[in-house]
Amino acid sequence: MTTFLRDTATVFTREITPALREPAGLLFSMGQPLLFLFLFGSLLDGAVGSSWQWFVPGILVMMSLTAPMSSGYLMLVELLGGSMERLMVTPLNRTAMLVGRTMKEMAVLLCQAVLIILLALPLGFRLYPAGVLAGLAMLIVLGVGLGALSFVLAIKSAPSGNLFYVVTQVVLFPVLLLSGVLLPVETGPAWLRAVGQLNPISYIVEAQRALFAGDLTNLSILYGTAAACLIAALGLWLGNRAMRRGV
Amino acid sequence: MIHARGLTRVFKLKKEAVEAVRGIDLDVEAGQLVAFLGPNGAGKSTTLRMLTTLLPPTSGTATVAGRDIAHDPAGVRARIGYVGQKNGAGENFRVRDELVTHGRCYGLAPAEASRRADELLDLLDLRPLAHRKPGTLSGGQRRRLDIALGLVHRPELLFLDEPSTGLDPKSRAEVWSHILRLREAYGTTLFLTTHYLEEADSMAERVVIIDNGGIIADGTAEGLKNDLAGDRITITTATEQEAATAAGMTGEAAVEVEGTTVRLRVANAATALPEYLRTLEAIGVKVATAETARPTLDDVFLTLTGRSLTDDDIPT
Repeated sequence: MTTFLRDTATVFTREITPALREPAGLLFSMGQPLLFLFLFGSLLDGAVGSSWQWFVPGILVMMSLTAPMSSGYLMLVELLGGSMERLMVTPLNRTAMLVGRTMKEMAVLLCQAVLIILLALPLGFRLYPAGVLAGLAMLIVLGVGLGALSFVLAIKSAPSGNLFYVVTQVVLFPVLLLSGVLLPVETGPAWLRAVGQLNPISYIVEAQRALFAGDLTNLSILYGTAAACLIAALGLWLGNRAMRRGV
Repeated sequence: MIHARGLTRVFKLKKEAVEAVRGIDLDVEAGQLVAFLGPNGAGKSTTLRMLTTLLPPTSGTATVAGRDIAHDPAGVRARIGYVGQKNGAGENFRVRDELVTHGRCYGLAPAEASRRADELLDLLDLRPLAHRKPGTLSGGQRRRLDIALGLVHRPELLFLDEPSTGLDPKSRAEVWSHILRLREAYGTTLFLTTHYLEEADSMAERVVIIDNGGIIADGTAEGLKNDLAGDRITITTATEQEAATAAGMTGEAAVEVEGTTVRLRVANAATALPEYLRTLEAIGVKVATAETARPTLDDVFLTLTGRSLTDDDIPT
């Protein structure tokens, strides 16, 4: 366990260092979700009750879906070069390689989350600290799972990398829209709601909204936590298997 | 240091099984410098990837640095270094950062990893590049960085996959002088693949030739050349008639005639040539020119496979 933590820290430090050395990119990444929040959030204001309470957790889930994709993309680049192979020959813990990489994206995401929450406060967002902390923890678990899945995809996509671009483009948007992140699915037709029910991300979105509303006993939190844990377990299992089979 | 038995790897390509490596047996003792030579697609890299635990073998076993590659891959990884065919440093990262990270990957404490990184920067003349990104380095500099990465944890055994491919002659010579110096300093066992014949010939103490997934020859470059190829004698005569007569006087040696040129292979040209010339003199054949050549490893490969190593082997 100590080697796992040490290795995770090693990978995390490696990944975060370039961002810290050139913080311009980091600042830019803070801007994008804010843009979404204010353009979209203002549009929706009034349409779905208290829009900020509804929209802030949605934006955070959306970011938790896209952040692991970008860490998968970074891994793909390293797979196509030789640096991934070089790391694979070290005794570095395999799971730590997956987790450490995603944790870098999640660290950026946490900063974004804090920023968004701080800016939404004066606009009428009510803060329930316990709910928000639990919600962010759930998103980290989700991110680790999705990160690992996107690494599996990256490994399967080498050497051309095409599969990665196709799948992320084709899958990401439907999953996003059907989870009710940006627009409420409940008002859609029955078939849309049925498809939404099959989307594990929907459960996480609902759980996040309950948590951010301070509704800590809502049953959807249980489902959301289960969905996040399942995705994490599946991702790490597949990720480890893919690396063991040869990269 | 390396003991492999029946190492085999089968790849599935569109439902068709392709045997990339077919039952390789290999023993390498500590301190050796072994060159693994063969044409592209012979199975060099696949063998290397199995020995370095990147790829599980389909069948067969191997112990590397005293650990079993299947049962204790982490133990193998901790004891070996590996310089892959591609560049090992990530594009987003600074040279020194990658060296420190790599030390940390082997469990070195931060201060120690830092110290080793600095030591290697000096050793491989990379100090001025410490804060640059790999993309801004020349091919030779990147290769030196790869070697530095492979050495951070001072492995007892270092694998190098085509360490000098794609480099200009000057950078190649530089990379080699570094490799040999490091070997002297640390006594590292070196196992490298190459398709540069001269390199295997001049640098390695032992040459293992692989073709079509199997080892077809194993020995010192000198030994292989003497046993499998032999020296070449080339003479020219004034007329084709005389050339034909001369070709008939070679006894056991393999001979070929082309116009007025006669080529033959003998075990030792230095002693065989004077004797041959005397024989020809005695029967009245006038020899215009005579020369001898030592065989190359390509001659060895040609003898073994009927193909030339350089035929299908375009450096990438």
